Amino acid sequence: MAILLDKNSRIVVQGITGSEGTFHTRESVKFGTKVVAGVTPGKGGMDVDGIPVYNRVADAVEKQGANVAALYTPAAFSADAIIESIEAGIGLVVCMTEGIPVTDMIKVKQVLKTSKARMIGCNCPGITTPGVGKIGFMPSFIHKEGNVGVISRSGTLTYEAIWQLTNLGIGQTTSIGIGGDPIPGSGFVDLLVLYQKDPDTVALVMIGEIGGTAEEEAAEFIKSNLTKPVVSFIAGRTAPPGRRMGHAGAIISGGKGTADEKFKALEAAGVIVEKNPAEIGKRIQEILAKKKGKKK
Amino acid sequence: MKIHEYQAKSLLRAYKVPVPNGEVADTPEKARDIAKSLNKTSIVKAQIHAGGRGKGGGVKVAKTPDEAYEAAKKILGMQLITHQTGPEGIKVQKVLVEETSNIKKELYLGMVVDRARDKECVVFMASEAGGMEIEEVAKATPEKIIKCAVPPAVGFSPFEARKLAYGLGLGTDKSLSAQFANITKGLYELFVAKDASLVEINPLVLTAEGNLIAVDAKINFDDDGLFRNPDIKQLRDENEEDPLEVIAKNAGVNYIKLDGNIACMVNGAGLAMTTMDLIKMAGGEPANFLDVGGGASPDQIEKAFRILTADPNVKAILVNIFGGILRCDRVANGIIQAAKNIDMKLPMVIRLQGTNVDEGKKLLKESGLKFTVADGLYEAAEKVVALLK
Repeated sequence: MAILLDKNSRIVVQGITGSEGTFHTRESVKFGTKVVAGVTPGKGGMDVDGIPVYNRVADAVEKQGANVAALYTPAAFSADAIIESIEAGIGLVVCMTEGIPVTDMIKVKQVLKTSKARMIGCNCPGITTPGVGKIGFMPSFIHKEGNVGVISRSGTLTYEAIWQLTNLGIGQTTSIGIGGDPIPGSGFVDLLVLYQKDPDTVALVMIGEIGGTAEEEAAEFIKSNLTKPVVSFIAGRTAPPGRRMGHAGAIISGGKGTADEKFKALEAAGVIVEKNPAEIGKRIQEILAKKKGKKK
Repeated sequence: MKIHEYQAKSLLRAYKVPVPNGEVADTPEKARDIAKSLNKTSIVKAQIHAGGRGKGGGVKVAKTPDEAYEAAKKILGMQLITHQTGPEGIKVQKVLVEETSNIKKELYLGMVVDRARDKECVVFMASEAGGMEIEEVAKATPEKIIKCAVPPAVGFSPFEARKLAYGLGLGTDKSLSAQFANITKGLYELFVAKDASLVEINPLVLTAEGNLIAVDAKINFDDDGLFRNPDIKQLRDENEEDPLEVIAKNAGVNYIKLDGNIACMVNGAGLAMTTMDLIKMAGGEPANFLDVGGGASPDQIEKAFRILTADPNVKAILVNIFGGILRCDRVANGIIQAAKNIDMKLPMVIRLQGTNVDEGKKLLKESGLKFTVADGLYEAAEKVVALLK
């Protein structure tokens, strides 16, 4: 078991004929991912390494039974492509594209609210379920099958955490980068619900960033709903206020959204807060060792 | 992206939000001409991308055109220092000369995007405590701030304008509530059409004559929306930005200058912030935030090095790369190319991890370049801090 991406996932790649789309589709396929179709309007009838390309997402759903969409579309057309997927009945939409305007995401959220679809991203590294597949561009070799969930607002910092775990011999159920935009398709809370229900996930790593209130919302949720241990790190303790630190969402404004506030909220919720990101793996190792001890 | 007050006011005019008559000037002579044509007491305001201009001496009232000339002469070219500019201040290149208003009451009207989960929308904020910084009002007397969230699917409705107007004490006056409804309608249209991220009218003035007028205006835009708003994009004023940050932006590198002496070059915004945090944790001070991005070429890496080494405070460099899309061999080639083309004397710690790491390490080793190797994340920070001791 895992969350979101499992053995029943059949992926359609939107923007498959672009250079990023083609490259990362190949990487995904090498990792074992079931990519069943691609979509690029106007290029229907082509194929990419034998993967059929369609003009519309609806065709990929009808002809190939696609149920997950991976997007490498240009920023200007991404909101449209996301909504097309949702309308076509895709259950999970994962958008890697960076630079989508906030007003477009407000619209996308309206559509999501009235559908059963779930969305990850934009501006994210994607999802990996070791042993099943990956969407997006997390490096393939860092993963290992196991029992820890990893969820993060950052990209490279996610790899860092996963790699620490793998080096300690600790595998992952599903790793998710939710993306660095101000308005993500899914927030921490939406996904913590799924990890809580997943019987294979025994512990979690949650990596946040300065800006917004997603970590505070997560803390509130964890306090009353999550029974699994969580180790958390927040990037940007030393970031100056008022400056956007790369990610559109990572900005301290009006004195709100600081790392220290977030650390405090998480600590109060019983989360194991680790201020040195190089120690994340070790904290998980200690938790797992304790669990094992109890079982005996 | 930030714009100047005079630019914001001309946008407001286009959306039928009343602003004082006036024009922008870049010479004292032009300021005098504008004051002459206004034919009444005018106000001369420094145009920089920072608040607190009045306290810093960047705003002066002029009773005559000659006084406007004198005021502009003093303000133009000055290094204006405010609580938002940093100690070195910003050089004033333009002044806005406009008519003064007979102020009866100062109000605050602002708009932001609420990014809280499941509430994503544009929000109006209004307060009777105009003229003050809204953060201070929010801290001291939060009950004085009225909020109104606009449902995105429906858009701004007249009842919401009424809700805000009553909250501001304008609701019972027919003329004022009608003026206010037009202002908020215009602001909402502007915000959505132009991909704004923040609008602040502070103060929105109620004049003795019974008119509402935007006496100051600040508008920020979503950088990601600029591609479809070329009219907004061309309002960018590079003079207001740090020169190194401008070079970085044009090179496609994400760079923010800080005050420390350890430069860092990282891939990914989260890891870049974390690298800064770790340097500080190890007892050092980061000189910058720099994310080379996922698609960085050797040329871009060379440019990044040029930017880092152009900061005279920098005494050591930390390269921290976890290759995902960005391959370590490409990074290594970039470092070698930079070392060849720039005379780099600064000590350097390099940590490479991820895609093609072995190829990257081999390239660096064979290049004969002098640097310290680090494997661990925290180890890298400790080593670069140790170099300075």
